[in-house]
Amino acid sequence: MNKKTINFALTLFLAYIFALFLPWWSVMVAALITSFLIPLRKAAVFIIPFLAVALLWIIQSWLLSSANDFILAKKIATLLPLGGNPTLLILVTGIIGGLAAGIAGIFGKQCKLVFK
Amino acid sequence: MKNIKFGLSLLLIVATFYALNTKLGSLPPLGKFLSPNQGVWLNEITEANTNNDIAIKGLSAPVTVKYDEHLIPHIFAQNNLDLYKAQGYVTAQHRLWQMEFQTHASAGRLSEIIGEKALDHDRQERRRGMGFGADNVLKKMKEDPEVLTFLEAYRDGVNNYINQLQPKDYPVEYKLLDYAPEPWTIKKTALLLMYMTKMLAGGDSDLEYTNALRKFGKERFDLLYPDFFDINEPIIPKDTDWSILENVQQTPIPEGELPLDSIAETMDKPHPNNGSNNWAVSGEKSYSGNPILANDPHLGLNLPSIWYVMQLATPQHNTFGATLPGALGIISGFNNHISWGETNATRDVIDWYKIEFKDETRKLYKYDGEWKNTSVRVEEIKIKNKKSYIDSVIYTHHGPVSYDHTFKGNGKKKVGYAMKWIGHVGGNIQSTFLDLNKGKNYNDYLNALKHFVAPAQNFVFASTEGDIAIWVQGKFPNKWKGQGKFLLDGSNPEHDWQSFIPQEHNAYVKNPERGFVSSANQHPVDETYPYYVFNDGYEPYRNRVINDFFRSKEKFNIQDFKDLHNNNYNLKASELLPYIFEHMDVSTLTPEEQDILNIIKLWDFNTEIDQLAPSIWASWWSKIFNLTWDEFELEDLALDKPFTYQTIYMLKNNPQDAFMDIVNTPEIEISKDLFLITFKETVKEIIDWKAKNGEYNWSNYKATFVGHLLQALPAFSRFNIPIGGDANTVNAASKNHGPSWRMIVEMTSPPTALGIYPGGQSGNPGSKHYDDLVDIWAAGKYLKLNFMQNPEATEGVLFTQTLTPNNE
Repeated sequence: MNKKTINFALTLFLAYIFALFLPWWSVMVAALITSFLIPLRKAAVFIIPFLAVALLWIIQSWLLSSANDFILAKKIATLLPLGGNPTLLILVTGIIGGLAAGIAGIFGKQCKLVFK
Repeated sequence: MKNIKFGLSLLLIVATFYALNTKLGSLPPLGKFLSPNQGVWLNEITEANTNNDIAIKGLSAPVTVKYDEHLIPHIFAQNNLDLYKAQGYVTAQHRLWQMEFQTHASAGRLSEIIGEKALDHDRQERRRGMGFGADNVLKKMKEDPEVLTFLEAYRDGVNNYINQLQPKDYPVEYKLLDYAPEPWTIKKTALLLMYMTKMLAGGDSDLEYTNALRKFGKERFDLLYPDFFDINEPIIPKDTDWSILENVQQTPIPEGELPLDSIAETMDKPHPNNGSNNWAVSGEKSYSGNPILANDPHLGLNLPSIWYVMQLATPQHNTFGATLPGALGIISGFNNHISWGETNATRDVIDWYKIEFKDETRKLYKYDGEWKNTSVRVEEIKIKNKKSYIDSVIYTHHGPVSYDHTFKGNGKKKVGYAMKWIGHVGGNIQSTFLDLNKGKNYNDYLNALKHFVAPAQNFVFASTEGDIAIWVQGKFPNKWKGQGKFLLDGSNPEHDWQSFIPQEHNAYVKNPERGFVSSANQHPVDETYPYYVFNDGYEPYRNRVINDFFRSKEKFNIQDFKDLHNNNYNLKASELLPYIFEHMDVSTLTPEEQDILNIIKLWDFNTEIDQLAPSIWASWWSKIFNLTWDEFELEDLALDKPFTYQTIYMLKNNPQDAFMDIVNTPEIEISKDLFLITFKETVKEIIDWKAKNGEYNWSNYKATFVGHLLQALPAFSRFNIPIGGDANTVNAASKNHGPSWRMIVEMTSPPTALGIYPGGQSGNPGSKHYDDLVDIWAAGKYLKLNFMQNPEATEGVLFTQTLTPNNE
């Protein structure tokens, strides 16, 4: 397995576990730690944790919402405003989570470089 | 280089965290808000078979809560303390955010959660003395040790629910506005009661009338605002003999002048359509021989709804009906023996007093030829993300000096206007409802009402024993003729309220000859009632349709009751349009205008959703009304335009009155000119509307909506609800106002009942029970209320919760 795959899997795993007992920023902690332990290079520093957490949040929000016929997702997608489209809201959710994780990933890598 | 990159990435992560964890403008904190482990995705839930067993501190025995398919809880407890604790818990479970929001609104605390834009609202509520009134209500309730223990039990139930919540469980609105619930207190129940008191007894026109009196003179004023209209179909039938009241002493009119000050602006008034219908027929007039009772309070249409429906049972009493989240017991409902419902008994219970301060320190004010001390209530208004605003409100023996040089006054530092309001007096109205909940007969009903102070209500009653009745109950000042219609002199002791009408002299009727009782916010009595009552905005249309209906035949069944609830006959339009058709000069109408005139000419006055005529009428009438009273459009003077009924009366009977003239035209207009001018404008508006929005049938044109409590946040509101009627039809459904709880109870043993309201039991916008009753309501249909007789009932039960004692 290459480092990217390992980083992706570990970020996903830690983000899932930390979210059970930490607030929403648990995904940032997960990406930071992973990036510190398994530093990546170039754009992958951002993209891999971004994809891992985006995937996690997309799956989780879809599971929660589809079980209730997307009743609330449609309303929140009107509120934000995303044209009342729940799929778009799920995507935005993924992007927000991914963004937080990607930036935490960059910081994790820089920590590693400084403290090495 | 290394350190610069580290520094930059640190900055980036801090900025990202801040941006996603903080509410920015109207955007919620997006990271928190959208995360699947903490955000709104966790509110994407419809209440179902969850939380079967919940431990509640301080319960004495297990409480069974059965939920039916519409999420109506049926609570079975072993005693009252457990019952009210469970009521608090269960209500909070579905309506917590609303309970807190409404009591914050009442207390003038909205700035705490929505920021500075609510400051004017908050100052107004503080200056209305809402907190002062709530303190007095609380004081009164505490005098009754039993009620106090119930209030505390309810509080503990609510707090039990709050305490088990984690931030991820908070209702959506907390996540949206990024704040947390605070503990419930018994003061909050008092504030909720004040919220209702303001809504139903918080209106007056004293200062507007004072301005009108000064501007137009007494003779003109009396024509515009008569104490009685030429028609009157009072709640208490006209043939009532008031000479049976003993020792009636009406307050004599004192000497002295009224101050005629000019006031530019007054506080927000409650919605003018706040009102209701209720009626009951006796056994003789009922198809089955059992009395039948109905109620439908007309209030603002909001989500979550003002009402929450529950069944509350102990081995001693079993009660069903609509509750107000935050207050104990059933407010409009029935038990195994009696049923009751309320309409608002509008009466002038707010008066304004001109206060002259000795100097600008405002420590002393003139009263009875001497200087009397004021007191100060310091109001600290906390504002989200801002420094608190301190508003010091001066109090006199009359009440708070609401208007002064800092708030809507007329700029003079040594003059203020103090408010005397029955809502400040304090009353234990909670106990009235708790007593009604367990009432068994007419005497219990009467005893329950006796101490009800405000907001005055017309309490309709029916019992399985066969009695029907209606009492106009509230604590009413015994005024001298004319007292409190205008600004009063705060230094003259004779202008104070001298006494109250003895409770047993309040107007009522029990088992009348005509076989029915009814009320629809009309005049309570006719001129022969021996106390001073003037027209304080009484509704002149619905009551006549209702009473005509009950005089139209011998027997009435449940379908008749449903039909009357949903009756859209527009008596108002029927009293003006034929006159217009007879007098309006149609010679100048274009073919297009003639077409539209023909549509409205063919109207049968039923305000139905698929018709065009009601839209034409609505547009036309508002233009006629405003053009008639164009003299009242003044920027620097607060004025109330005359009542609708009197307007139509004058258009027909005083067509050449000077008010009919349009001020800014050189010609002299009379009423038929107004009809033509406004008709042409109406046609233009209707055609434009059609070009923009499509067919202008009444449903589309009226566009009734039920708005979320947060300024009708569109995402959480329901729009374009197809329902007929308008503000003055029995089915009083206007744009954002209407029948907020329809109930029909037949006094079988046990009673059989129907009910519906425009909302849903759940306050969670993510639940299918958030608004599942709206369409049923709009269609004029009802839920069959499942009045369970014991906790073993299984029919119609969706799931059961057991609240178990947890006395660690």
